[in-house]
Amino acid sequence: MAASVSILIVDDEESVRDSLYNWFIDEGYRVESAENAKKALDILESKDFDIILVDIKMPGMDGLELHRRIKSSNKDTIVIIMTAFASVTTAVQALKDGAYDYITKPFDPDDLSHLVRNAVRQIILKTENEVLRNKVISLENIEDLIGKSNAMMRVLKEVERVAQSNSPVIITGESGTGKELIARAIHSNSPRKFFPLVSVHCGALSESLLESELFGHEKGAFTGAMYTRKGRFEMADGGTIFLDEIATISAKMQVELLRILETKTFIRVGGNKEITSDFRIICATNRDLKKMVEDGTFREDLFYRLNVVNIKVPPLRDRTEDIPLLVDYFIKKYCTSMSRDMISIDPAAMKRITEYGFPGNVRELENMIERAIVIGNGKEIRLKDLPFEKDTINSSIESLQDLEKKHVRQILEKYNWNISRSAKALKVDRVTLYNKIKKYGLKPSTN
Amino acid sequence: MNKQDILLISYGHFEKDFLEKLAGDVTREFFYPVYIEAGHIDFNDYYDPERRQYDGNKLINVIDTVFSSYNSKRIGLFDVDLFIPIFTYIFGQAVFNGNTGIASLYRLRNEHYGMKKDDNLLLDRFRKVIIHELGHTFGLIHCHMPTCVMRSSTYVEDLDQKSHHLCLKCRTRMQ
Repeated sequence: MAASVSILIVDDEESVRDSLYNWFIDEGYRVESAENAKKALDILESKDFDIILVDIKMPGMDGLELHRRIKSSNKDTIVIIMTAFASVTTAVQALKDGAYDYITKPFDPDDLSHLVRNAVRQIILKTENEVLRNKVISLENIEDLIGKSNAMMRVLKEVERVAQSNSPVIITGESGTGKELIARAIHSNSPRKFFPLVSVHCGALSESLLESELFGHEKGAFTGAMYTRKGRFEMADGGTIFLDEIATISAKMQVELLRILETKTFIRVGGNKEITSDFRIICATNRDLKKMVEDGTFREDLFYRLNVVNIKVPPLRDRTEDIPLLVDYFIKKYCTSMSRDMISIDPAAMKRITEYGFPGNVRELENMIERAIVIGNGKEIRLKDLPFEKDTINSSIESLQDLEKKHVRQILEKYNWNISRSAKALKVDRVTLYNKIKKYGLKPSTN
Repeated sequence: MNKQDILLISYGHFEKDFLEKLAGDVTREFFYPVYIEAGHIDFNDYYDPERRQYDGNKLINVIDTVFSSYNSKRIGLFDVDLFIPIFTYIFGQAVFNGNTGIASLYRLRNEHYGMKKDDNLLLDRFRKVIIHELGHTFGLIHCHMPTCVMRSSTYVEDLDQKSHHLCLKCRTRMQ
């Protein structure tokens, strides 16, 4: 969206023009600048801009007059007035004349960022008519959410649907299924995407730390609080707050959370001023919150407040058809990030991967592929590049003989069937190893 | 040095270990050789007594001029409070698609915000600012991916939310 928003900067100070120009270019906007009102009007004769930033004090025609002329020819253009502290009263006059907002120089980077994002949001709302809003929206800005299985398609469809609303969402699923990725996908596809996504891992923080993290604190609120600090709810203003491991929060924090969800206002620790924040809340947990409600360890009212939309992320074992896609994706991802040539995967290795149960889900698969690329031969991922310790534990091997057969085979594969090296690793002589190979009918893999 | 090299120029006192860790992180992100040099300037020339801060644009200009013969990407590392005319402060700044950028530790320290000193967090924040500014010199714009290092950050907490890596989209765009 940023690339399709055009901005014109009108300021007589070259350093201001250049700094703003660079900042907006970094943000991805299309930008032009003019050193005075006359030049700006000349440019506006041939081009339209979505946002115009106008300095109030300029030699010749001032910013107020330029604003009036812009508004007389194009009412829809958003004009933001830039002013020095001394000329705020003049800026207020500009607001009365229909300017979108004003900002005092020098700007706090966050203020400018918020102001422009709000303006962009207004432009989006204006251009998105009902037809556009109801059409099928394709997901963008998502990484690592790969899958074409029915289970995953259902989840992605749900993400697409809920992204457009403001409702609270609870994402449930086993560890490693990608709950945080789902939260990111919802945020990145929502109208809030220009504002921050603030993540908090509730399980990692004690009650008092979590309180300070979420609500912020005032200077002097406790020993060591030498400065006022914004909390995560305040930082998420306009955007989304993601609370991971929500089931771990204390009873006291559950009450606090319920209150802030109901009022969207809160008070910083040690403060007395009510602060309002416009955020959307997404929570995640790998626990059964409903059961926790029944057990009395999670508040029922908070559960119903949060559980407006529930997205269940399936474990990888329930969507095995996605495994080859995920493997290809992770190979591409890690070969690119390690600046290596693309590699392939040996069919035997792929077969073994698809058969594996993946108790650690997608995270385990990703780590497995990354490790295989790091330790592998740089051409393909082989069976011996993959660790399957957990598989050994879960396998159907019961007898000692089966275990010995499997171990001997693994060692032989590890050393490319080099008998001397394999025997040395097994701490047996070569004859014993030959006897074991014969006994178990072991042969080198054809792949 | 050629254009694929990256030069980290320290202005002021930085521990050798600290700089080497940063250089390692930058190399791993961009796959270009990273060199470290000590730069020398008279800080008084860039100090704005009214704002009690140092002018980022002027510092970029002087680095650009002094190191013009190097023809590599270069980032000036500072430990002073930086500003540009329009902003009250900056963590860093770079010339889009250019060769030069700057980054400062000054506002990245936990102690600046009344919190406990954390050297690992400081290193993590600084490398994110440096890699972000280098990204701009390679023509990357701000990214909406929440974890991408090219996401814009106005608070240290914003820096803490993102990783020090380019997302796949930015990396592909760069290549």
